Amino acid sequence: MLRNLFGKSSEPKPAAPEATAAKLGFFDRMKQAVTRTRENLSERIEAVVSIGKEIDRSTLDELEATLIGADLGTTTTHEILEKLRLRADRRQIKDADELKQLLRAEVLGILQSANQKPPAETEGPEVILMVGVNGTGKTTTVGKLAHLLQGQGKSVVLCAADTFRAAAIDQLLVWGERSGVEVVKTKPGGDPAAVLFDALESAKTKHTDYVLVDTAGRLHNKVGLMAELDKIRRTAGRLVPGAPHEVLLVMDATTGQNGLQQARQFTESAGVTGIVLTKLDGTAKGGVIVAIAREMGLPVRFVGVGEKIGDLLPFDAQAFAESLFS
Amino acid sequence: MFENLQEKLQRAFKNLRGQGTLTEENIGEALREIRLALLESDVNLGVVKHLIEQIQAKALGQEVLTSLSPGEQVVKIVRDELVNILGKDTAKFKFASQPPTVVLMAGLQGSGKTTTSGKLAHWLKAGGHRPMLVSVDVYRPAAREQLKVVAQQVGARIYEGALDSSVQANSATVERLAKEARREAANYGCDVLIVDTAGRLHIDDDLMDEMQSLKKLLNPQEILFVADAMTGQDAVRSADEFHKKLTLTGVVLTKLDGDARGGAALSIRQVTGQPIKFIGVGEKFDALEPFHPDRIVSRLLGMGDIASLLERADEKIDKKKAAEFASKALAGDGFSLEDFREQLRQVRKMGSFSSILGMLPSVGPFAGLQKAKDSFDEKQLVHVEAIIGSMTNKERRHHELINGSRRKRIAKGSGTSVQEVNNLLKQYVQMRKMFKDFGKPSFARRMAGMKLPGR
Ligand SMILES: Nc1nc2c(ncn2[C@@H]2O[C@H](COP(=O)(O)OP(=O)(O)O)[C@@H](O)[C@H]2O)c(=O)[nH]1
Ligand SMILES: [Mg+2]
Repeated sequence: MLRNLFGKSSEPKPAAPEATAAKLGFFDRMKQAVTRTRENLSERIEAVVSIGKEIDRSTLDELEATLIGADLGTTTTHEILEKLRLRADRRQIKDADELKQLLRAEVLGILQSANQKPPAETEGPEVILMVGVNGTGKTTTVGKLAHLLQGQGKSVVLCAADTFRAAAIDQLLVWGERSGVEVVKTKPGGDPAAVLFDALESAKTKHTDYVLVDTAGRLHNKVGLMAELDKIRRTAGRLVPGAPHEVLLVMDATTGQNGLQQARQFTESAGVTGIVLTKLDGTAKGGVIVAIAREMGLPVRFVGVGEKIGDLLPFDAQAFAESLFS
Repeated sequence: MFENLQEKLQRAFKNLRGQGTLTEENIGEALREIRLALLESDVNLGVVKHLIEQIQAKALGQEVLTSLSPGEQVVKIVRDELVNILGKDTAKFKFASQPPTVVLMAGLQGSGKTTTSGKLAHWLKAGGHRPMLVSVDVYRPAAREQLKVVAQQVGARIYEGALDSSVQANSATVERLAKEARREAANYGCDVLIVDTAGRLHIDDDLMDEMQSLKKLLNPQEILFVADAMTGQDAVRSADEFHKKLTLTGVVLTKLDGDARGGAALSIRQVTGQPIKFIGVGEKFDALEPFHPDRIVSRLLGMGDIASLLERADEKIDKKKAAEFASKALAGDGFSLEDFREQLRQVRKMGSFSSILGMLPSVGPFAGLQKAKDSFDEKQLVHVEAIIGSMTNKERRHHELINGSRRKRIAKGSGTSVQEVNNLLKQYVQMRKMFKDFGKPSFARRMAGMKLPGR
C-alpha cells in the first residue's frame, strides 16, 4: 500500500469544513451564523450519528479529547473522526462503547498499514543504527536490544559511536557488561565513522550476527549533525552490503507534535526504517506515532517500558490502540 | 512551513472590513483557528479550552479598529493573553541569605538535567559565584561520570564522593552523598551547590519519596523542573505531580534550539504557576538564556522569532562593518558588489540562510522571503560568492562596466552561466536602489516583492 506521503504532506491539509466554506460564499455566511464559539470535531459527528440517549455531546467531546490528549495531533484526529463519521453514516451505532470500538479499529488500521517489511536476508552482520534527538533512550535501547537478541541465540557487538556526549561511552560499556557483549569504542571526541569501521571489521572477522550502533543524540534541524549521520550510514554501506539494515528512530513517548518533524528529518538524512517508542511506563501515550504511521508509513518496532534490561518489548499494535482509550 | 496564525485569521475575517464589532458569529472561525494552532503547538487541551474562553471574552464586543485588521486585532488579544499566562517579567534566581544556596534539579528521564546543571554552573561562575556540583544519580549507568566530565569542561568544582561497589546503591546512598556534598561546599567556600538528580517518572512513588527526602534534607532555595521543549500533552501531568510533591520554584525548558513550538511552556506554567527561569538553546555550556515570554509566544503562534534573530545578528555580525555598509547603502552612490559580498559573508556567519529565513515572521515585509525558505538552496550563495569572486576589483566597484564579454568571462571563471551572472547583476541593481529608497513610505511594499540574490 502506498501510504508514504512523505515530502508532499509537510503542508497540512486544511480541515475539510474550512476548505468547503472558502469555496461556498453563501454557505460560508450561513455557517458562520450558526458556528458556536468552540466547534469541535464532535459536532460534525454528532450531526450524522443517530445519537441515542447513550451518545451525547460530552461523549463525543471526550473521544476527541482522548485522541488529542494522547498526542495524535489535530490532523490525524480529524481524519480518524471523519472516517468514523462516514462509517456511522451507514449504520446505527448503539452506544458509546460501540463508538469507541470503531475508533480503536481506525487507529489499528493506520498502525497496521505502516510498512511491515519482512527482515531481509543479509550476508555478513546485520547492522542496526540507533538515531534520535537527545535523551530519548538510544543508549539504553541498544543495551536492552543486545539482551533481547542474545536471548534469541544471536551474537551481538555494540558500537559506541556517540563520542560526543560526556561519558556516553562509559554508559554503553556498562550495558555491554550487563549482557556480556563486546563494546567497540574509541576515545571521547573521536570520529564516529572510524569507530563504526572498527566495529564492522571486527564483526565480519568474528562472524557476529548483529552490530548495534549507538549514535549521539542530535536535534533534527542541525544540518551539520544530520550530515554526520549520513556519513555514518555511508560508511556502514561501504563495509557491509545493504548496511545499515535497520535505522531505528528512538522516540520518547512524551514527545508531542514535534515527533512528526523528527520522523521526517531523520528519515531524510538517515533513512529511518522503524521507530522505538520509549518511556511507555510513564503516563504519556505516544500517540504521535499514529500520526507518523499515517503520514509516512513508518512502523514501530519496539517499545521501552522501563530502565531495566528486560524492559524492551516488540510493538503490539492491538495493545497500543487499546491503551489509547484506557 | 505552516501558514501562520495571523494569515489564517486574516482569512477567517475576510468578510469583516474595518467596521462593526467582533461578535460571536464573526469570531467563531477565528477561535477555531486559534484552537488548532495552540493544539498543534502542543499546548495542553485543557489549557487551550481555558485560553479560548478568555480570548473570546476579551474579544467579544470589541470594536473593529480601522488601524488594525480584525486578524491583527485578535492576534494581539491572543498574544496578550499568552504573555499574561507566562508572566511578563523575567524571573530571578534566588540565593540563600546564608550560603551555600542549594539548587535541586528535578525532572523526567532524558529531559536534560545534567547538561543544564553544567550550564547553570557556567552561568553562576560568569556571575562571580563559586558553584559546586554533585550528582546523586546512583541509578543510571555512568550518570555520575557524565557530570564529572561536565564539571571539568565548565571548570567547576565537583563533589564526587565514594560509592561502595559491593552494595546496591539506594536512597540512603543518595541522601548520604547530598549531605556530604553540602558539607564539602561549605568547606571549600562554594556559595552554590547544584544537585543533579536521577531522572524519574512522576508516578514512581519510591523515587518521588526520595526526592522529597532530599528536599527536606537540603532545604533548597531553588527546585528547578527541567522539561523538554518537545513534550506534548503529558507535560501537565508530570509537571503537576512534581509540583505537588516538591513545590517547584521554577522551570527550565530545554532543547529550544530545536524546532518544537514549545507549547509545553504554557502547560507547565499554567499547572505549576511557577516561572520559566531559563531556556536551553544548545549543547554548549553557554547556551542557557533567561526566558522572554514574548519570544516564546511568537514561536507558539508560528510567527517567527525576530528577537532571537536580532540577538544572533548582534553576536555574529561585525558591527563596524555593518554600520559602514548601512551608511554606504543608504546614501550617495549606494553599496558596491564588494560591499555586498562582505555582507553576505557576515550574514552567513549567523547560520544557514534557510534557518535565518525561518526565523522571520511570514507576514508583513518578510512575506516573500519566508516562502523562499523551503526551496532555498544554500548552493546559490556559494555561486553568488564565486561570481563576485571572478570579477576584477574595478568591476566590483563599478558594476556598470560589466558588459557582455565581461559577463561571459565571469561566468566561465566562476563555473556558472551567463544567465546566473545576469540575474545576480539585475538583483544587485534592484537591491541597491531599494536600499537607497529606504525611508520612503513605499519601502515595505518593495521589500515584500524582493527576490533573493542568486535566484
Ligand atoms: N522510564 C523509562 N526510562 C527510560 C526508558 N528508556 C530510557 N530511559 C531513560 O532515559 C534516560 C535517557 O536515556 P539514554 O539511553 O541515555 O538516552 P540517549 O541520550 O538517547 O542515549 C536515561 O535516564 C534512561 O534510563 C524507558 O523505556 N523507560
Ligand atoms: Mg546516548
